[in-house]
Amino acid sequence: MDDKTIERHIIAVLVDNEAGVLARVIGLFSGRGYNIESLTVAEVDPRNARSRITVVTSGTPQIVEQIKAQLDRLVPVHKVSDLTEEGEHVARELALVKVRGSGDRRVESLRIADIFRAGVVDSTARSFVFEITGSTDKIDAFVRLMEPLGLVDISRTGIVAIARGEKPI
Amino acid sequence: MAKDKLTGSEIVLKVLAEEGTEVVFGYPGGAVLPIYDALFKQKTIRHILVRQEGGAVHAAEGFARSTGKVGVVLVTSGPGATNSVTGLTDALMDSIPLVCLTGQVPTHLIGNDAFQEADTTGITRPCTKHNYLVKSVDDLARQVHEAIYVATHGRPGPVVVDLPKDVLQALADHGPAPRREAHKSYRPQTRGKQDAIDRAMDLIAAAKRPIFYTGGGVINSGPRASRLLGELVRKTGYPITNTLMGLGAYPATDRQFLGMLGMHGTYEANLAMYHCDVMVCIGARFDDRVTGKISEFSPHSKKIHVDIDPSSINKNVLVDLPIVGDCATVLAQMLKRWDEKKYRPDTKALAKWWQSIDGWRKRNCLAYEHSGTVIKPQYALERLQALTAGKDVYFTTEVGQHQMWAAQFLKFDRPNRWMTSGGLGTMGYGLPAAIGVQVAHPKALVIDVAGEASILMNIQELSTAAQYRMPVKVFILNNQYMGMVRQWQELLHGGRYSESYMASLPDFVKLAESFHGVGLIAEKPSDVDGVIAEMLKVDRFVIADIRVDQTENCFPMIPSGAAHNQMLLGPADKAARPISEEGMVLV
Repeated sequence: MDDKTIERHIIAVLVDNEAGVLARVIGLFSGRGYNIESLTVAEVDPRNARSRITVVTSGTPQIVEQIKAQLDRLVPVHKVSDLTEEGEHVARELALVKVRGSGDRRVESLRIADIFRAGVVDSTARSFVFEITGSTDKIDAFVRLMEPLGLVDISRTGIVAIARGEKPI
Repeated sequence: MAKDKLTGSEIVLKVLAEEGTEVVFGYPGGAVLPIYDALFKQKTIRHILVRQEGGAVHAAEGFARSTGKVGVVLVTSGPGATNSVTGLTDALMDSIPLVCLTGQVPTHLIGNDAFQEADTTGITRPCTKHNYLVKSVDDLARQVHEAIYVATHGRPGPVVVDLPKDVLQALADHGPAPRREAHKSYRPQTRGKQDAIDRAMDLIAAAKRPIFYTGGGVINSGPRASRLLGELVRKTGYPITNTLMGLGAYPATDRQFLGMLGMHGTYEANLAMYHCDVMVCIGARFDDRVTGKISEFSPHSKKIHVDIDPSSINKNVLVDLPIVGDCATVLAQMLKRWDEKKYRPDTKALAKWWQSIDGWRKRNCLAYEHSGTVIKPQYALERLQALTAGKDVYFTTEVGQHQMWAAQFLKFDRPNRWMTSGGLGTMGYGLPAAIGVQVAHPKALVIDVAGEASILMNIQELSTAAQYRMPVKVFILNNQYMGMVRQWQELLHGGRYSESYMASLPDFVKLAESFHGVGLIAEKPSDVDGVIAEMLKVDRFVIADIRVDQTENCFPMIPSGAAHNQMLLGPADKAARPISEEGMVLV
């Protein structure tokens, strides 16, 4: 494990949905100098007031082990699961992409959106808002193609992920 | 007021009493007035009034460390809370169980920049193990109980409970103490995995050059852990070294004890760490002050690491065999396995190992040049040790050279007798900590080994000592410098003593007297014994101003960025080995 290669890991953290819990997680990363590539959080179990945080981070194997141990010792944390290490998982992102333009460029953007199976969720005479879900790579590719066609705004959720197979976190 | 209902303040005190709290260290203010009013009306919990909130936290730390119980602090909102931040960080670094109750402005004013408002949970989030903002009186009892549970279970640490004034004044039902149920998410593992224990004992039994390296975790685990550690160490016949935090877990006067290790540890302890083939780390965390240069740290050893905190494992040093668990529980498991398997140490290899160790011991690394005219700080501590030997003494320290000399020259044969700020290195810790110890042990001899710079950081607490007639002894090794700063400036910064000289020091004798205590002064070596004897005789607090050599440096020393086998043994050593550039940037 004395290895210095930087690995990217998707970590799922099940926490109590209480005031300050997100600040605790973020403060842990900033205070100890760990990376956050993306972080998403939402309540997933209202009955038990549990939220799920999906954090994408990177570091050497030693740092990643530290990150998990540090997360796990936070008092409101119920479970820490390293989806990258634990095997097959599905990871998805959602993006809303605003493109402004007219004429050929407008038609071209619609055509590409169709190829990517992005839906139009808002349109005006001069703009579209596309909704696209998929892997980070897919969204990156879509965004790249939209750039010359009048891309003006993007909102991305960051990754949410879940393990394949029947077992819960 | 309905008879069967209690106010939030009364609930707080009732819960503390249910948890066995006898004493609270604190300072009143607007937001906590309701609790102070409730305190006034009851007799179960005693309140010690400090002179600054920082003192309250250190006093609670001293109380906690000398008793193994949770220390409780009560301060007001805003400045009361911010003043406690240093102490909370100190307790976090040294794993001391504390509950700090902070007042807060009423809930409807939170976020309004109200008078004496501070975002206490925000400020203390990174310096506590956990914190709570109690938003409803109905949650209050549960959250205070939970705070004490969290502070004292697993790796101990400080917990803040922020109490808005309206919650303290609100009424609620308060039934009997709830049965302690398992916490919904925080359940630290205390028992070591058996297969790891088995493999560890195989390794330990087969070792040819073993060493036990144990730390504050053994102390925190309770006196039973120290007893079991002693049993295991004696059964194996292996050498043992303690960290600064771990002193007292194994009797310092025993032959198998090699002294403290690390930056100012002994030659024999550090070389044994460097050359060992099996290292058994129990309740210590491979701190940078212990390891020196990580890449050259104990390069030939298999490392076993017992710790209750999984995040301590593989943090600084990669280990071969981690065991997550409570020190006492794991030590009991280890001893059981040792007996079951009827292990015997390799006596031939061990004899050879001890031969090497005894050779290193002969270097007598703590030797210093005696003087007939100037008091050497080491001499003062040797005399303090000699004249208090046989007594049950509790020592606290401030931070700096005097702290390291105290760790080197005082002999701790029992746990919970040594209170020092290890992780954070907080100057000003020792006097309030000594007050906390004295509160816990009113009849005991409590000595704060201090420096003249550190003591001034919390000197106001002399007033606390006076108010409660606490016979705390403050033994100042006064060299008129921030000694450790001066030493580093001499060794690393070309002798440019930038701002480390303590000009305009007070007359410590008059200072003691003005606080209704006794001041003593020793100016030459022949004064030392008399001053110590007088200090021990007086039944009030004493400041003993020991005027020591201004330029004495603390050796041995592993310079920053160097390895265990590159120790400086004394002044003559330093010229030969200039400190590396990588070393210069380290703290």
